[in-house]
Amino acid sequence: MDFFNTLVFLLDSTIRVSVPLLLAALAGLYSERSGVFDIGLEGKMLAGAFAAGAAAAVSGSAWAGLAAAVLIAVFLSLVHGFASITHRGNQIVSGVAINFIAAGSTIILGQAWFSQGGRTPLLGGDARFGAIQLPFAETLSDVPIIGDLYSDLLSGHSLIAYVAFLLVPFTWWVLFRTRFGLRLRAVGENPAAVDTAGISVAWLRYRAVICTGILTGLAGTYLALSQNAGFVKDMTAGRGYIALAALIFAKWRPVPVMFACLLFGFLDAFSIRIQGTPLPLVGQLPVQFMQALPYILTVILLAGFIGRAEPPRAGGIPYVKER
Amino acid sequence: MSTPYAKLPAWADYGLIPLINLFVAFIVAGLVVLLIGENPFRAAAILVEGALGRGQAIAYTLYYATSFIFTGLAVAVAFHCGLFNIGGEGQAYVGGLGVALVCLAFDSILPWWLTFPIAIVGAAVFGAAWAFIPAYLQARRGSHIVITTIMFNFIAASLMVYLLVNVLKPAASQAPQTRTFLEGGQLPKLNFLFDAIGLTVRSSPFNVSFLLALLAAFLVWVLIWRTRLGYEIRTRGHSPKAARYAGVSETRIIIITMLVSGALAGMMALNPVMGDQNRLQIDFVTGAGFVGIAVALMGRSHPAGIVPAAILFGILYQGGAELAFEMPGISRDMIVIIQGLVILFAGALENMFRPSLQALFANIRPSSVGVEAKQGERA
Repeated sequence: MDFFNTLVFLLDSTIRVSVPLLLAALAGLYSERSGVFDIGLEGKMLAGAFAAGAAAAVSGSAWAGLAAAVLIAVFLSLVHGFASITHRGNQIVSGVAINFIAAGSTIILGQAWFSQGGRTPLLGGDARFGAIQLPFAETLSDVPIIGDLYSDLLSGHSLIAYVAFLLVPFTWWVLFRTRFGLRLRAVGENPAAVDTAGISVAWLRYRAVICTGILTGLAGTYLALSQNAGFVKDMTAGRGYIALAALIFAKWRPVPVMFACLLFGFLDAFSIRIQGTPLPLVGQLPVQFMQALPYILTVILLAGFIGRAEPPRAGGIPYVKER
Repeated sequence: MSTPYAKLPAWADYGLIPLINLFVAFIVAGLVVLLIGENPFRAAAILVEGALGRGQAIAYTLYYATSFIFTGLAVAVAFHCGLFNIGGEGQAYVGGLGVALVCLAFDSILPWWLTFPIAIVGAAVFGAAWAFIPAYLQARRGSHIVITTIMFNFIAASLMVYLLVNVLKPAASQAPQTRTFLEGGQLPKLNFLFDAIGLTVRSSPFNVSFLLALLAAFLVWVLIWRTRLGYEIRTRGHSPKAARYAGVSETRIIIITMLVSGALAGMMALNPVMGDQNRLQIDFVTGAGFVGIAVALMGRSHPAGIVPAAILFGILYQGGAELAFEMPGISRDMIVIIQGLVILFAGALENMFRPSLQALFANIRPSSVGVEAKQGERA
C-alpha cells in the first residue's frame, strides 16, 4: 500500500508539472503545423506569467490575470507573425529575440512596479486559480484504490489543468475535423496549393500564431496563478524548450503531444522525488544529473533513436507569392 | 522566379540598414525606460558617459567587447553555413574548463606566454568538443541544431556545477570554484596602452586576449573569404542543394563549421577565466554566448562588422553597470531587452525598411539601384 501511495503521489505531481508543458506544446502545434516555427514559446509563457501575476496582484482577480496574460502573449505572437509572415524574416531569429525581450522586460518592469527583486506580490484567494474538488471526491476517498485514484489523482487540480487536458481532444478535432484545421495543415505542407485555392496564406498563419499566443498565455497563467502564488523571475526555466522538444518527439500530433508532455513531466517529478535516495544498481545519482536528464533524453529522442520526426514540409520557410 | 528585393548600393546595405535597425531598437528600448518612469535621454547620457567617459571605463568596455568578439564570430561562422549555433553559451562554459585545466596544470612551471598558447588550444578543443555532438546529430541524424544546442546549454550548466562542486573545488574551500591560478596562469593586462595615450587606468581586467580576439577576427575573414573551405561553407549556407551537386560532403562541412564555431566560443573563456578572475567560477559566461547572436546579426556576419558591434555591446554592458548605480530601476537586465530588440530589428525584421529605402533610392538616383529593368514588378 505504501508503494501505491507513493505512485499516486508521483503521478499527481506528474500531472501538475505536465500542464504548462502541455499547454505550451499545444500552442506550438498550431503555429508549427501552419509552417511557422516558434522557438519563442518560452518567452511568451514567461511574459504571460508576469502579466498574470501583475494583473492579478493589482486587481485581485485571477480572471483579470488570465486576460492580461493572454493579451500580452498574443501581442508577442503577432510580433513574431509580423516578422516572420509579413516581413519574411528568419523565424528562429525572431523567436530568440522574443525570448530575450520577455526575459529582460519581466525583470525590469517587475522591479520597477513592485520593487520585490523581480517578483510580483504573493497572491491568495480569488487572485489565484485554486484547486477544484470534483464531485463526490470527499465521499469516494474512503473506497480503496478507486477512491485514491479519483480523489487524489484526478480531483484537486486547478481549472486550467482540466482545460489543458480537454484541449487535447479539442485540438485534434480542430486540426482533423474542421475546415480551418484542414487548411492549417495544408498551409504548413504546401502553401502554394492553399494560395491557388484562393485562401490567404498570411491570414491563415496569423490565425495560427494567435492560437499559439492564447495557449502560451494560459500556460503562463498556470505557472503564476496555480502552480505558484505569483510571478518569480525566470520562472519558466526552460519549459518552453522542453515543450518544443515534446512537440517534436510527438511528431506534431495532439494526442502523442500529451503523452510526451506526461513523460517529461514524470521525469521531472521523479527526479525531485528520488533526490538523495540511492537507486538500485547505480547508487546515488548527483542532483545535477537528474536536473540535466530531461535535456539529455530530449537529445537522445531528437537523435532519432526512437522514430524519426518529420516536420511540416513548409516549416520555417517564408511564403513568397509567385509573380 | 524573381528576387524579392532589388539591390541597394553596398554602403546602404551594410551601413545604413543596420544603423536604421539599431536606431529603431534603441527607440523601443527608450520607450521601456519611459515606461518605468525614467528619462531615456538622461539614461543614454549616463550610459555613454559611463562607458566612454574615462580611460578606466574604456578599458572595461573593451574587456567586455573581447568576449563578444569571440562569441559573435562563433555565431557568424555557423551562419555562413546556414546553421544557427545558439549554444555559444554552453560551448564557452565548457571552454572555460579547458582553460582552467591547462592553467591548473602548468601555472607553477611555465611563464604566462607559454601557458597562453596551451590554454588557447585547451579552450578551443573543449569548446569544439561541446559543439561536436549537436553537429554530428545535425549532419547524420537530421536533428535540428537549434534545439540540440539549446539542450546542450542546459546540460553544460549542470555538468559544470557538478564538476566545480564535486571535483575542481579545493577541499578546504566553500565556494564552488577552482583555486586561484599562479602567475603562470594569469594573462598580463593591456592598461599600459591607455597610459601611453595619456589616459589613466587604475585597474581594469582589459588583457592580451583582446589582441587574440582581433587576430581571430582576421583569421575568420581569411577562412570564410579566402580559402577553399570557406567557399564550401558559404556554398552550403546559400544552397545546400548546390553544395551537394558540387560534390561538397554535407556531413563534413557541417561538422567542421560547428567545430570552428565551438572553438571560437570556447576561446571566449580565456578572457574572463585567465585574464580577469584567474579561477574558474560558476556562471562566468554571464550571457556572453547569447550576446554573440545579436553581435553577429548586427555585424552582418562579417568580422569588420562584428568588431564594432561587439564594442557597441561592450559599451552597453559597461555603461549599463554605471547606469544601474545612477538609476536603481534600471538593472543589467535592460541590456537583455536591448539585445532582444537588436536581434528582432537587425535580424528578423532586417527587411522591414528595405522596400521603402529602395523606393527612396530609386527616386533619387535610379541607376544606383538598378530597378529600371524591373519596372513592371512590385519591389
